Amino acid sequence: MLGPVLETLIGGLMTGVLYSLVALGFVLIFKASGVFNFAQGAMVLFAALSLARLSEFMPLVLAFAFSVLIMIALAYAIEFLVLRHLVNQEGIILFMATLGIAYFLEGFGQTLWGSDIYKIGLGLPTNPIFILESVFPGGLLIDPVELIAAIICAVMVLVLAVFFQVTRVGRALRAVADDHQAAQSVGIPLNQIWLMVWAVSGLVALVAGMMWGAKLGVQFSLSLIALKALPVLILGGLTSIPGAIVGGLIIGAGEKLAEVLLAPVLIRTFDLAGGGIENWFAYVLALAFLLVRPQGLFGERIIERV
Amino acid sequence: MFYREVGQFKTSYDADEAIFPIAQDRWSVIVLIAFASLGVPLFAGQYLYTEVLIPVLILSIAAIGLNILTGYCGQLSLGSGGFMAVGAYAAYNLALRLPETNIILVFLFAGVMAMLVGLLFGLPSLRIKGFYLAVATLASQFFLEWAFARVKWFTNYAPSGSVAVGRIELFGIPIDTPGKTYIFVLAITVVLTLAAKNLVRGRIGRMWMAIRDMDIAAEIIGIRPLHAKLSAFAVSSFYIGVAGALWAFLRLGSWEPLAFDVNRSFQVLFMIIIGGLGTLLGSFLGAAFIVLVPIFLNQLPSWLGIAMSTAMISHIEFMLFGAMIVLFLIAEPHGLARLWAIGKEKLRLWPFPY
Repeated sequence: MLGPVLETLIGGLMTGVLYSLVALGFVLIFKASGVFNFAQGAMVLFAALSLARLSEFMPLVLAFAFSVLIMIALAYAIEFLVLRHLVNQEGIILFMATLGIAYFLEGFGQTLWGSDIYKIGLGLPTNPIFILESVFPGGLLIDPVELIAAIICAVMVLVLAVFFQVTRVGRALRAVADDHQAAQSVGIPLNQIWLMVWAVSGLVALVAGMMWGAKLGVQFSLSLIALKALPVLILGGLTSIPGAIVGGLIIGAGEKLAEVLLAPVLIRTFDLAGGGIENWFAYVLALAFLLVRPQGLFGERIIERV
Repeated sequence: MFYREVGQFKTSYDADEAIFPIAQDRWSVIVLIAFASLGVPLFAGQYLYTEVLIPVLILSIAAIGLNILTGYCGQLSLGSGGFMAVGAYAAYNLALRLPETNIILVFLFAGVMAMLVGLLFGLPSLRIKGFYLAVATLASQFFLEWAFARVKWFTNYAPSGSVAVGRIELFGIPIDTPGKTYIFVLAITVVLTLAAKNLVRGRIGRMWMAIRDMDIAAEIIGIRPLHAKLSAFAVSSFYIGVAGALWAFLRLGSWEPLAFDVNRSFQVLFMIIIGGLGTLLGSFLGAAFIVLVPIFLNQLPSWLGIAMSTAMISHIEFMLFGAMIVLFLIAEPHGLARLWAIGKEKLRLWPFPY
């Protein structure tokens, strides 16, 4: 019994890492500009589509470089055409604007790159790896793509942490996240900072799109991953990068375990037509956490004054 | 050019508390309702009824519901689709299991069931705020969607998971033609709008708005957040539930849970943002905008004489829709209702603004 459960747990944790990759992009933008960026999922789709289509007629490295340029151009366009005109609006208005951007990107990406299912060949080994064969009969099965995703994610978080702590731009970013007005008054250019943040989360989206694309193939449903990243986000706290990682791990492991352990019980008790509780379990889990800690696990405590 | 309120004095408390204190406003609304109920059936064809008027009216009810919660009470919710589904399936099950029930009661029951579910999912709002709450309400959306797809009892063990309603009749008169459906929906919309108007301008509405503007301050001056937030959730879910039942019974006829997926929630949210948060007029304008724009975009290529594949059209529709929303938010973040108010203010003085 322990073997399969452990295997599910590891699989869940690995998927969780992929969720965190998407959630990371959300957190970066929310931290720096207070925008709840619903378009992150569409950005993942757009980045993955660009990469997949470009890599059809050039080497992967070159395609990746071009995709990076495309994502930076996209960040510039979003900043220049949308955000700049919506400075000082309420959070909900900005949220709606990103919903509009999401619609636009989904349409634009598929008009530009086509709407079939595309493959991203990373040249990774596709055979599952077995570990701990001495402890469990048959060993535990691990998907190499997920393993590599986990490593990439860890590296990316490290790089981002160093970037935020050490560099000049990182310090400016943290200042903007703390207080827009104060940051502006000491001479930090807000527009440039926002451009920077959108570009960085565009890159995060590109990496997330690459890993998800390698796992599932690049298709429209990729943009729905944003909906999976949302519970991760509120569980970890909207403003915390470590929160996105820990949240992703908890959600990933939780929903896989729930599907294996809880779903059969539910099906038996309520006479259901199939399980599929993955769709809502993450949300309910996050909701339960939030009832205890309303700002998420690592989110900044909300201090309210009259 | 436009009318002014000059010379209309309020001499009684009743006059002071009227919904439309200005005579011209009052008359124009009465004329509008009279036109909608008597004038429209003279010329409207089936297409206008089923594709434009009925969807706009039903979705307006849903938008009013969400506007009460989000626009008046400030609780951002992304679960409207789920509550619409509760209304639809509650109505379906009541009509199925007690076929003798009056159709009005069926819709009321749909509203009440949605209200109960809304109360349940509204409880976290006492602790969770802002975007955290918005995402938390998605939990209700996905859970309810899943429940209606999987629990066989709700769909009466239909193997495909899709359900259909039979004959709908009111006091012996069958509601079978688009014209009759339209009048029925219009009547319900008018009644519910009137009720909502009276709620939001009364004590309860002020309580909601106080919570919206600053919940801590509202709590300090003696408003119970539990009472205010849950009542907003209850009323809002009631409206959304009724809208869901109407949508399922009178617009779709047969449906599956996918008809009330998360995109429906976003659609209703779009309506109130584009129409204007915290205005009832905005709910109608937003619903009309959201229903009419896709119809317009769909027709556009054929008007321009460009041949395109359907996939291409749907992608371009997505693009244009997204771009329009962004453009709209940039041009007027407070929505169509604000545009209307500004226009009215300008017209009051036109053509002699000085």
